[in-house]
Amino acid sequence: MPARHLTLRILSRLGTSLVVAWASVTAAFVALHALPGRIEDILAGDVDFPGLREAIAAEWGLDRSLPAQYADFLLRLAHGDFGTSYVLRRPVIEVVGSQLRPTVELAFAAGLLAVLLAGGLALATAGRGRLAHGLASSLELVAASTPVFWLGILLLMAFSFSLRWFPVAGAKSWNALVLPAIALALPTAGLLAQVLREAMEKTLDQPFVTTVRARGVGETAIRIRHVLRHALLPAVTLGGWLIGGLLGGAVITEKVFGRPGLGTVTLGAVLTHDVPVVLAVVLLAALIHVAASTLLDILYLLIDPRLRTT
Amino acid sequence: MTASPHSAPAAVALSTEGLVGTVASVPTSVLRATRFRPRHPPRFILAAGFLAMLALVALGPGLFTRYDPLTGDFSETLKGPSWVHPFGTDRLGRDVLARTLYGTRYSLLIGLAGMAVSAAAGVLLGVLAGLRNRLLDEAVSRLFDVLSSFPGVLLAMLVVTFLGQGMANIAIAVGIAGIPKFGRVVRAQTQLVRDADYVTHAAIYGLGRSRIFLRHVLPNVLVAVPVIATIYIGNTILVVSGLSFLGLGPQPPTPEWGVMLAESRDVLRVAWWPGVFPGLAITLTVIAFSIVGGVLQKRFEGRIA
Amino acid sequence: MTDRHEPLVDIRGLSVAFPAQGDEPVVQGADLTIHPGECVALVGESGSGKSVTARSLLGLTGDGARIEAAQFRIRGRDARTFREADWRRLRGNLTGLVMQDALVSLDPLRTIGQEVGEVLTEHRLVSGGAALTERVHATLAKVGMPRPAERARQFAHQLSGGLRQRALIAAAIAAEPDLIIADEPTTALDPGIQDQVLAVLADRVREGAGLLLISHDLALVARIAHRVIVMRAGRIVDAGSTQEVLEQPRHPYTRQLLAAIPSAASRGSRLASARISAGQGSSTIEREPSPPRAAVEPRPVLEVSDIAKHYAHRAAAGQTGTFTALEGVSFTVRAGEVLGIIGASGSGKSTCAKIVLGLLEPDAGEVRLLGELWTRIPEPRRRPLRRRLQYIPQDPLSSFDPRYRVADIIAENLPDTGARGRRARVLALLNQVGLSGGVIDRHPRALSGGQRQRVAIARALAAEPALIVCDEPVSALDIGIQAQILDLLADLQGRLSTAMLFISHDWGVVQHLADRVLVFQDGRIVDQGSVADVFGSAIVNTVPGRLSAA
Repeated sequence: MPARHLTLRILSRLGTSLVVAWASVTAAFVALHALPGRIEDILAGDVDFPGLREAIAAEWGLDRSLPAQYADFLLRLAHGDFGTSYVLRRPVIEVVGSQLRPTVELAFAAGLLAVLLAGGLALATAGRGRLAHGLASSLELVAASTPVFWLGILLLMAFSFSLRWFPVAGAKSWNALVLPAIALALPTAGLLAQVLREAMEKTLDQPFVTTVRARGVGETAIRIRHVLRHALLPAVTLGGWLIGGLLGGAVITEKVFGRPGLGTVTLGAVLTHDVPVVLAVVLLAALIHVAASTLLDILYLLIDPRLRTT
Repeated sequence: MTASPHSAPAAVALSTEGLVGTVASVPTSVLRATRFRPRHPPRFILAAGFLAMLALVALGPGLFTRYDPLTGDFSETLKGPSWVHPFGTDRLGRDVLARTLYGTRYSLLIGLAGMAVSAAAGVLLGVLAGLRNRLLDEAVSRLFDVLSSFPGVLLAMLVVTFLGQGMANIAIAVGIAGIPKFGRVVRAQTQLVRDADYVTHAAIYGLGRSRIFLRHVLPNVLVAVPVIATIYIGNTILVVSGLSFLGLGPQPPTPEWGVMLAESRDVLRVAWWPGVFPGLAITLTVIAFSIVGGVLQKRFEGRIA
Repeated sequence: MTDRHEPLVDIRGLSVAFPAQGDEPVVQGADLTIHPGECVALVGESGSGKSVTARSLLGLTGDGARIEAAQFRIRGRDARTFREADWRRLRGNLTGLVMQDALVSLDPLRTIGQEVGEVLTEHRLVSGGAALTERVHATLAKVGMPRPAERARQFAHQLSGGLRQRALIAAAIAAEPDLIIADEPTTALDPGIQDQVLAVLADRVREGAGLLLISHDLALVARIAHRVIVMRAGRIVDAGSTQEVLEQPRHPYTRQLLAAIPSAASRGSRLASARISAGQGSSTIEREPSPPRAAVEPRPVLEVSDIAKHYAHRAAAGQTGTFTALEGVSFTVRAGEVLGIIGASGSGKSTCAKIVLGLLEPDAGEVRLLGELWTRIPEPRRRPLRRRLQYIPQDPLSSFDPRYRVADIIAENLPDTGARGRRARVLALLNQVGLSGGVIDRHPRALSGGQRQRVAIARALAAEPALIVCDEPVSALDIGIQAQILDLLADLQGRLSTAMLFISHDWGVVQHLADRVLVFQDGRIVDQGSVADVFGSAIVNTVPGRLSAA
């Protein structure tokens, strides 16, 4: 298989993703700036006197045409300048940057936990009889149907208020991460386990598994060596959703547990129409999406040789 | 992509599409068929019964409780579950059962409205993309990509930023966030039907293009829509309640389940009941929709080979 | 090691049932012995229990199977007492399994080398990577795989069907098992390749391995089997040496099975009602003649002149080559004639069918239908003529709109008449294809394979066509049903004098039905003429060929 062909293919996918990211940021920019007069209102706050709005508009460059503002926005982006928060009056990069870490920690911990839980459950229950099937599918259904914030509330009640094992709020120590990570991970794990297990069961029905059994290979070895890899294909497809879902879910989780982080920043920015901050978050999400989809594409090629040839 | 971490489970089986225009081996649609099961499994009857009851409650919550969901009795604040107040009372002395029952209206209504937005746009765009026109397909697919490049919650938040908070706006926001997911499944379904032998054969037998589309393609795409919708509605309800919890949807004192849970957070230390029952209602509703959707899907797969 | 005279497998009174799927046993009272160096063939239609019987020798009948036997000895040991670990020691190591389609029977995500080597590492038969590689290459060479070192690094989808099947056999015999179970090992392959793959298996038998060959095809197993066992509905109905079973069939079912095989000898007679009468020493097949046919008229229905079709494909990195699907193909179908097209997969016969059906435009040449230009005209101009050209597919179910009932399917193809006349006409058509009126409101998926094919035929007839293209219409059917459908097609063709273009990979079927034959190979017509001309000397000595027709 020629490596050059593969590289070209990955690059072209990356290119498409970047175009998509650019389009989504542009759409967000246009939508947010099309709010008539709103931005000036926000900047003015409670103060009001004749000429104030015009002065503000002039100061923030809001009096110019939309294309001019957009060109300016792109130019500043190219220099790494994300603008200044309307509400906090601080550079956006500082506002977002300082809150990035706790969110990434949370999303990463929850993602890892979800993958481990889902993988373990699927390996242990796929194709192991009706009882295991029923038990696993019920567990998955309940986990995937439970809202993150309710799970968080239940965990808080049980482990923070009643048992006092974990802190109620904050992100200061590792044990403040435990409950939020579990709350965020369980629904994701339910979903992932469902896809993984169903894919494994489908694979176990395929003729080649009989061939492998006829070689004397044991049931667990069949699952690890052969079946899991097949089941990864649909699971990887889900990966894009999951990464997005973890980030979106982190917003809610942070609110439940009173954790600092991007979620709190985003929520605040949305409620106060702090356009530069919202745009920065959109840009960040779009970039993560680009990175994730490119990575997943490469993963596909690694998993399935059939995709490398055509 | 548009999912919150808690998408309706069966939704995924439907939508392995996404990234995988390239993956030949991954099935892309609802209509992979094997079994035909004519009888209702017990879980289906239970779930459907629960949903029927929910519908009744949503139509006339007053029939099931004598308390008002908005006015509280200040002598009865934060009372635990009892015969008088089976779900207890909240910190304003309002009956939690009454609020939960009245909340059914909001959650189902917003969920259905959001679903309707996703379905209407998703079917239109999905069918267009699924037809044999590469340019159209490319344009619509990229539009789906743009919409799904944000996490669903974030996209909905963005729409709320634009439209402002409130019940109708949140339905629109969640609806827009659900378009690419719905649209992709419809697109896959359209392609499957479009390439099906019976469509090719209709051409051999001399049917015109528009007649083939109206008689064979469109009906076989549309029969799938209620199934897809049932599966997705659970997810919509989850996202809606999440956004309400964040304070982006209906505002207090509206007895919406997400709003109630947000309010309960302040009293968790002393009272568990306001934080338990609305969440239970959300979870059970989502589970019921998933079960019904899943069974419908299986039945549907059996129907269409 | 087993005794030279002791059987590898000795089973008496085997019964297999799946209690979860009903009480009726899938296999009942089966006896089976296999000696070293012996090939035993297990023959039967789908659902006859032959595969389940074979899987029971590996302990692979699946979860929930209840197995009972008066005697169940494998290599002298009582297999009824085997635990999973005992079975696992046996699988691959002492008994190898070869399945039908290597594309799905080899793990598509792993290389041929990994797949062939797995049995060796699993049973710790070799130590060290170099020894493993060497053994894998040697095994691949043994099954006649060219350039084994290179093939070992490839994946199943990168090999041709024949090579893939060799790789599957290699994976089964890498540990040199003394018993090989081959479950329809050549069914998905073209005739020439079938012979090569059978030869590989026959080699193993000559080396002393026992072979259990499972097939639905009596003619095929006759070539290498020493003994034949015929199964039907879970029971063994006939067993004996190959010669005995094929030439002196005792059981009526075996006789019927043999008599129903289409061939040049069965031309002009009915298959389904054919019977073998056993005489002294030799048997004869008694057949009823088909109804008389109208003579072929000289008027052409379809004229294909010099059509060609090429496809671009990616030959090597970045470069594209052209693949010739069809080149210089010309033929004519006259009114009332049955023209057979025969060829292996990839020979261009499907491409040719698509062009004739107006689904694909040729790169060169033209097609005329009923004297009018049929190719390279816009679809709306083609449409008025479409009704005169009908089609019967291999898989009728997928050609029916899933929402439609039998009545809707057939009625859609009727000329526009009133609604009341329609139903009567549909009933008449159903009657014509041998279906009762009771199926009219049923969904095709609730019908059997044979019934579905009848519905497809009725649909084609509804349009009163001048020409019907039949694309492998019987190749998915069991032999008995196949005979009925072939009889039906012959009857209708005789009665209605509709011209037919009959495409098949099965020489027997074409010999039975066609007036003239085109032989396709690599996109070209390599031979053509009357059935007698083309097949005359080249007739493979098929089993029914040995029997003299009455």
